[in-house]
Amino acid sequence: MTDTLTEITRADVCVAAVADCFRGDGEIIGSPMGTIPTIGARVARATFEPDLVLSNGESLFFEGTHRLGAKPDEFAAVGWIPYRQVLDVLASGRRHVMMGPVQIDKHGNANISAIGDWAKPKRQVLGSRGGPGNTINHTTSYWIPKHSSRVLTAKVDMVSCVGYDRAAEVGAAGRFHEVRRVVTNLAVLDFVSVDGAPAVMRLASVHPGVTVDEVVANTGFELVVPADVPETRLPTEEELRLIREVVDPRGMRLREVPA
Amino acid sequence: MADKRMTPDEVVAQLEDGMTVGIGGWGSRRKPMALVRAILRSDLKDLTVVSYGGPDVGLLARAGKAKKLVYAFVSLDSIALEPNFRYVRENALVEAVEYDEGMFLTGLRAAAQRLPFLPTRAGLGSDILKVSPHLKTVASPYGDGEELVAMPALKLDVALVHANVADEKGNAALTGPDQFMDDLFCLAADKAYVSAERVVSSEDLLKEAGCFHTLVLHRYMTHGVVETPNGAHFTECPPEYNRDEAFQKAYAAAAGDPETWAAFEQRFLKVADEAAYQAEVAKFREENSK
Repeated sequence: MTDTLTEITRADVCVAAVADCFRGDGEIIGSPMGTIPTIGARVARATFEPDLVLSNGESLFFEGTHRLGAKPDEFAAVGWIPYRQVLDVLASGRRHVMMGPVQIDKHGNANISAIGDWAKPKRQVLGSRGGPGNTINHTTSYWIPKHSSRVLTAKVDMVSCVGYDRAAEVGAAGRFHEVRRVVTNLAVLDFVSVDGAPAVMRLASVHPGVTVDEVVANTGFELVVPADVPETRLPTEEELRLIREVVDPRGMRLREVPA
Repeated sequence: MADKRMTPDEVVAQLEDGMTVGIGGWGSRRKPMALVRAILRSDLKDLTVVSYGGPDVGLLARAGKAKKLVYAFVSLDSIALEPNFRYVRENALVEAVEYDEGMFLTGLRAAAQRLPFLPTRAGLGSDILKVSPHLKTVASPYGDGEELVAMPALKLDVALVHANVADEKGNAALTGPDQFMDDLFCLAADKAYVSAERVVSSEDLLKEAGCFHTLVLHRYMTHGVVETPNGAHFTECPPEYNRDEAFQKAYAAAAGDPETWAAFEQRFLKVADEAAYQAEVAKFREENSK
């Protein structure tokens, strides 16, 4: 019999790390953007975070655990959540979003708008979308499929999504701000505050097969690196079954993080 | 009671240079594209386009119809980045005002309620306030110490929206999974025009709409009704049709190069009317099914 552990891909590890971001969230909306975040949120709900509320990404909440891209007639739709209601509910704080930044700095300020000078960008991307409102109103995590110093950078060109230093500047209105974690293809990062200063990014764990030096070399700012950096946990047998047989049998996750 | 039916070109004849035009839908979803195409065929210029942006924004900006874009994002959904929006932004050909999606919604609500502004937490701490120095904050008068963004009303001269079905009086149903902010666009505007996949009698509207929850555009909001079958093409208009992904791909590919873009414009946009556009789309489909 093949040893299952030898078959675990980096993408599987990332899925479990994403799932862990939602641990403890309870009965709020999980809003994952991207393939691996979507798989991770579904795995979290199917295992240790059963109260999480998830949508199909197109205006319907559903119960049960379903494959990526499942059509409305394949699942039990239990709620209607058009964009207008998303924007109202997010201001109530009952949501945890996971977004994909094009740039992020040590305080968790993130850019999804434009690269270069905003007035005449080198590369226009999406625009700030819901980033400003999400980050000032509720918990945010980030997913970065390709960890590099171009993405994890000393200074973001446009703060679409608010980090810890900016949240500290807005006084009482910043009290709902939390950037929980950043999961990349190499590592898991979280945030730590020293002596009350705005929190900065810390290396929480490296994925199996990745060295601390590799993460540091691919990060464009100084990370807080503890003396002992643990390895990111492996997915459990049940999580692997859910990933491979239920949520992503077609292996879409390998397009974000190749084996 | 007034029969508000008109053609796309008659709607555009109501517009003037320099107007602020709000466009309903979201990204590449249920956009009033037949009305957008009619603007592209006109001499209109210097428009301010206010939109949860998709190809409506890309097309109007690339054609030089818009001098100013007001958006939270511009995307084709299945193709994340709108190539014509990229083109005009990366060459600084338009004035840009970028808001958060929630700020944008708050601005529409303020305009619909005839308020100068509404407070919101969204935007605080972000660079939205830096790139738009016209934005001000306001202190809560209730002693809680909160300083909030005073989101200015997104007042519109005209709103353009696309519905699944309408009657000739200007009532309309949005029967798909998301109605977006179309009713607010209409309320925020001095005049609103609704295009629809089909226009039916008032007696048949509810039956055609399927459910009274979908009857969200009312005749006191709308000033003109246009029957435009396939009028949201190439954006999606569920349940009638999905996005024309093959056409959208061709659109995005063409936009990447001046020569191919000129050819695309010539074939699909510089045509006599909406019927000529739809005829070219039918030919395109035939070519692609071979």
